[in-house]
Amino acid sequence: MTHHRYIDDGIMRGSPDDLRLVGGECTACDLVSFPRADGCSRCGSQDVVERELARRGTVWTWTTQGFLPKRPYTGQETTEDFTPWTIAYVELADGVRVESRVLVDQPESLHMGQEVELVSAPHRVEDDGTQVLMFAFRPTTEVAA
Amino acid sequence: MSVAIIGVGLHPFGRFEGVSALEMGAIASRRALADAGLRWDQVQLGVGGSLGVSLPDSHGDTMADSLVGPLGLTGVPFINVANGCATAGTAISVAASAIEAGQADVVLAVGFDKHPRGHFNADPAVHGLQPWYGELGMFVTTQFFAMKINRYMHDHGISHDTLAKVAAKAFRNGTRNPNAWRRKPMSEDEILSARMLNYPLTQYMFCSPGEGAGAVVLCRAEKVRELTDRTPIHLKGNTLRTRRFGTFEVFSPSLAPTWTDAPTVDASRACYEQAGIGPSDVDVAQIQDSESGAEIIHMAENGFCEHGEQEDLIQQGATDIGGSLPLNTDGGLLANGEPIAASGMRQVHEVVVQLRGEAGERQVPNEPRVGYTQVYGAPGVAAVSILTR
Repeated sequence: MTHHRYIDDGIMRGSPDDLRLVGGECTACDLVSFPRADGCSRCGSQDVVERELARRGTVWTWTTQGFLPKRPYTGQETTEDFTPWTIAYVELADGVRVESRVLVDQPESLHMGQEVELVSAPHRVEDDGTQVLMFAFRPTTEVAA
Repeated sequence: MSVAIIGVGLHPFGRFEGVSALEMGAIASRRALADAGLRWDQVQLGVGGSLGVSLPDSHGDTMADSLVGPLGLTGVPFINVANGCATAGTAISVAASAIEAGQADVVLAVGFDKHPRGHFNADPAVHGLQPWYGELGMFVTTQFFAMKINRYMHDHGISHDTLAKVAAKAFRNGTRNPNAWRRKPMSEDEILSARMLNYPLTQYMFCSPGEGAGAVVLCRAEKVRELTDRTPIHLKGNTLRTRRFGTFEVFSPSLAPTWTDAPTVDASRACYEQAGIGPSDVDVAQIQDSESGAEIIHMAENGFCEHGEQEDLIQQGATDIGGSLPLNTDGGLLANGEPIAASGMRQVHEVVVQLRGEAGERQVPNEPRVGYTQVYGAPGVAAVSILTR
């Protein structure tokens, strides 16, 4: 069995098949943000507590990444095998828009308002074989009752 | 304001192997002084920017005050400015404030940079971001521009063809500018069918990081006559703003579910008020076109039209030289590239040249009297200037 770890335990919590994103909630003005910051960007309060974010949302805007990003990107594609991926701001039920990879078969197939759900996804494999997992969203599929 | 611009100088923009950022800055400074008919030892304050200092792998890793070496060690006070994409606008602001405050009568403001090829890069920690954001490939400025214009097109009915028209106009203007980097015209079809870097923006809809320098000599308005024969161009307004809560900015792991007016809107309104001039008075403008979409959004943010009106205006050629609102007449960032600290100086240079009537084959007709400049960018800063003949 391969070992895995999250890219950052401070923002990802739960098991890989029941992932939660950890953001912040300002106790003074109720602003929800991601990741949790020491101060609230709306009211300046320092009273920002942890909050697990909603797992579903809709695509607010999106784009494709059509070229291999420079470091600090640590994905393991090369310029030879790189294939475009998709990125979006996903508006969660909490009222925050989170920037995230979106897993789709065709990079230009997303549309605004599309429903998506949180998943974990492979990001890279470390030298000792540990699988590093990132957060991502994917279009929701209607589950038959 | 009682500040006049009496000299402007550029080092051409592009790629110049073997020429350092500092040398380009010195060349632009000497040209601005020669343009004003002044000597370096008449300058009472220097203000300069070079953003390469804060960007890894940027060869412009020189503090701007190193310029006092090649220009001559006169003992002049010199202030280094680094303020993201508004670095040049900030340098001019500091220079003008010093004149207004009575600290100096003659000030040189200069900006120069020499960035490596490929998209801008930096350490996420410099922007207060956690390492995972960069590791996951989201610390890429071009994604931000693409997501912003994609949503804007959806909300305001802007077409892909209009994105291409903005770039084609920039390259067309670049062919008329000997200092520009891109001087070959390109058809809208070529632009639309080029490699998709970040949907909906293709390769030729983005400006490239580059190299270059620009300098401006500012002077107390009452002193112009005793110092130079040059026709003064008056700096009527100069404003700088950072982002308010709820704006859509680069390097944001999350956004609030609102779209607050951008810092450009705040800087622009304040500048019109300071100058006592309205958007309809502007005869020629240089605005931040980091990519085609930025020029479109900034037309509305600077008050030149309502959101959505850009589609018809651009399709009808209003932003061409000879149109009702000539924009980025020197080719803008799209044709000149973006050496960050030099970019805003290039805008002021172009407006001054246009208002003097010295822009040659790219001259805006009918003797323009009011010019406008705007820079905007990371991490959510904007600077605006209004100049008059």
